[in-house]
Amino acid sequence: MNNINTSERLKTTKASTWLADNIVTLIFVAFTLFGFFVSDGVTVNFFLTELSSRFFRNAFLVLSLIIPVVAGLGLNFGIVVGAMAGQIAIAIVRFFELGGVSGLLLTMFLALPIAGLFGYFTGNLYNKTRGQEMIASLIVGFFANGIYQFLFLVVVGVIIKVPANHPMIKPDGVGVRMSVDLVSYEDGGLKYALDKIWEIPFMWAILILFAFILLLQVWKILRNKKNPVLYRYNKTTTLLYIILSVVMIGISIYAISTNSTLMMVRKVPVITSILIAALCLFNELILKTKLGQDFRSVGQSQHIAEVSGINVDQTRIIATIMSTIFASWGQIMYLQNMGTLNTYGAHTQIGMFSVAALLVGGASTQKAGVKHAIIGTLLFNSMFIMSPEIGLSLFGNALLGEYFRTFMVYGVIGLALGLHVWRTNKSNEITLD
Amino acid sequence: MVQAKDKKTTKNIINKIGLPTLIIGTFWIILLIMGGALGISIKTLVSDTIKRAGMNGILVLAMVPSIQSGTGPNFALPVGIVCGLFAIVWSIEFGFTGWSWLFVAIILAIIFAVIVGYFYGRLLNAVKGSEMTIATYTGFSIVAFMCLPWLMIPFKSTNMGWFMGTGLRETIQLDAIGGQHILSKFLSFSLFGEDGLITIGGESGIIIPTGMLLIFFLCCFIVWVYFRSKSGIAISAGGSNPMFAQSSGINIDRCRIKANILSTVMGAIGIIVYSQGYGYTQLYTAPLMMAFPAVAAVLIGGATASRARVSHVIIGVIIYQGLFTTALPVANQMFEGTDLSEILRMVIQNGIILYALTQVKGGDK
Repeated sequence: MNNINTSERLKTTKASTWLADNIVTLIFVAFTLFGFFVSDGVTVNFFLTELSSRFFRNAFLVLSLIIPVVAGLGLNFGIVVGAMAGQIAIAIVRFFELGGVSGLLLTMFLALPIAGLFGYFTGNLYNKTRGQEMIASLIVGFFANGIYQFLFLVVVGVIIKVPANHPMIKPDGVGVRMSVDLVSYEDGGLKYALDKIWEIPFMWAILILFAFILLLQVWKILRNKKNPVLYRYNKTTTLLYIILSVVMIGISIYAISTNSTLMMVRKVPVITSILIAALCLFNELILKTKLGQDFRSVGQSQHIAEVSGINVDQTRIIATIMSTIFASWGQIMYLQNMGTLNTYGAHTQIGMFSVAALLVGGASTQKAGVKHAIIGTLLFNSMFIMSPEIGLSLFGNALLGEYFRTFMVYGVIGLALGLHVWRTNKSNEITLD
Repeated sequence: MVQAKDKKTTKNIINKIGLPTLIIGTFWIILLIMGGALGISIKTLVSDTIKRAGMNGILVLAMVPSIQSGTGPNFALPVGIVCGLFAIVWSIEFGFTGWSWLFVAIILAIIFAVIVGYFYGRLLNAVKGSEMTIATYTGFSIVAFMCLPWLMIPFKSTNMGWFMGTGLRETIQLDAIGGQHILSKFLSFSLFGEDGLITIGGESGIIIPTGMLLIFFLCCFIVWVYFRSKSGIAISAGGSNPMFAQSSGINIDRCRIKANILSTVMGAIGIIVYSQGYGYTQLYTAPLMMAFPAVAAVLIGGATASRARVSHVIIGVIIYQGLFTTALPVANQMFEGTDLSEILRMVIQNGIILYALTQVKGGDK
């Protein structure tokens, strides 16, 4: 509907538009830096350990939000439904006491049809609530939670008979326990089944990551040399990336060679990183296919897409199904890292937190990319780590920081959505004039 | 011929009452009959239903002005609720007790709610087209934000602080300041009690909390009259056909602000009436989800996301509260140890909101 650069429409200076576009991101950067400044309890090691484990836990879920935004469905709070599908799959696998890598693969395989079905239903619902998808997706999460509880508290035990002495089932034989231990990887369970396949030290991961970025930039420049018209690149950003990579490579080589305290940061799970990278790549590549182009045209104008022969309803349903399936896998990756299935609570907050993270990265209801998801997940989780520390060091009360953290989650969603709608309305008025 | 005519009238009746109202109403009556058959006291059930309908009534009433003005159900009801809570807390802090506590709280609540409601209305005017989503998050944010003042403002009153440290308690007992059931007990009487047909101040049988019902009906009456005044009709006109209203010289933005101020004020008074009926005031994250039952209740009463009347509120709140007061003991008797009534509440409450959303006309296509 409105993908033209806002500054052109508003005829304002570029700097002020840039500020308005990135205000949420800037608030979070400032907040995290402020946190480092005032609190002395947080060491770099503690911070990086926390951040990296939280990042690998949440990134996949945040990335699952991108396709619906491209397809014009807005922010899909309904990934909660996908998370439920993931948990149903985990519960089945846990019940039969399967585990390990094969168990994990089975879980993901089981989650696929369940999440697909749920996605199909929610997609149909979004087609019926056109224009109000975001509030509908929020409410459908609450609605599905009721059905989920019915399934786990009543159906398991009353309709599906289960042995009461199973560690997952409540002592009276009806319903699943509040929290279910997923049994650690060594004992043939699901805990860390993905993370523990292969781990490398944190600084090595940094070294590899930035070496890769450096190579990418060099490749871009070489490509540009060969054919300057076809392959363009932005000189300043490329230069910035190169400087950043060189500095980070330097730091990591120094840390590795001197075996400094930075080597004590928690190890990085390789397979999880590869899966996250694969989803990033998928989100980028799908836009180059026919389906991805359909997503885009539907996202820009449903009417024009319809006229040009795209089946709008079907495209929107496909986008929702994809998002739901990725969310279910994301939830499985999240839970294998947590190690316990909090049966009735693990999924409830997922929608809000993931949406907030994406928005912090600079996304809006009509524009979201891999970049926003990655930056957002990092910044949002930094805020999460720092909040209690700031509350403790400024007011002597960690509880205050936790309340503040909750406020930031809701506030950031409200602010980002409100600002976006306000600016869209304003620019539409200008076009009308 | 006769049959065809009959069919038409049944259809008319269904259309007039509304399908959701009919289905959920019937469900409630079936549950009541089941409850009677299981030996649960119908008198207690009816008594509880009236009590809870009275407690929640004004909160549900807050939906009418915002729906009529075209901003959709007031998902930001917590904004009004927080104003009411703030007023309650200050009224206790100033040392008022009993009736004076109630009046000071209500007056303060109206003042806070008018100011806050004005800015909330301005906000909704800036985000036309996505009011419901933004309203939900405005409500969530304000509840989360108010957790900080509850913890930080150095209140002195011993009736509401923790025994050690600073900050307010999560639940404040109102009996310490004589505010518990102050309205509910006022002129209350019971029907079919042990001591005869009508007992003033009786404790058995069907208890009628006269004072609480009076203030609920008073608020209903005020809203009903207001929507028959010039200003109220302008609000309804702006909500149902903005283009037409604009061309007949109505300032729609002003109307929307007025309606949302009224809605916020109702939310603020509503939580005071709720708290006295409950006996406790709940702070911190307690109001977070309070908008959804209220929205569901007015929708069950027959309202849509764009049309609502006071009669919808009264019918809706009785059916909604009646259904869940009945469902709890019935479900507990039939399936022991399960939390079936809570599950039922989640499914019905959110199902009805989703149904209403599918009826909203709009969007790109």
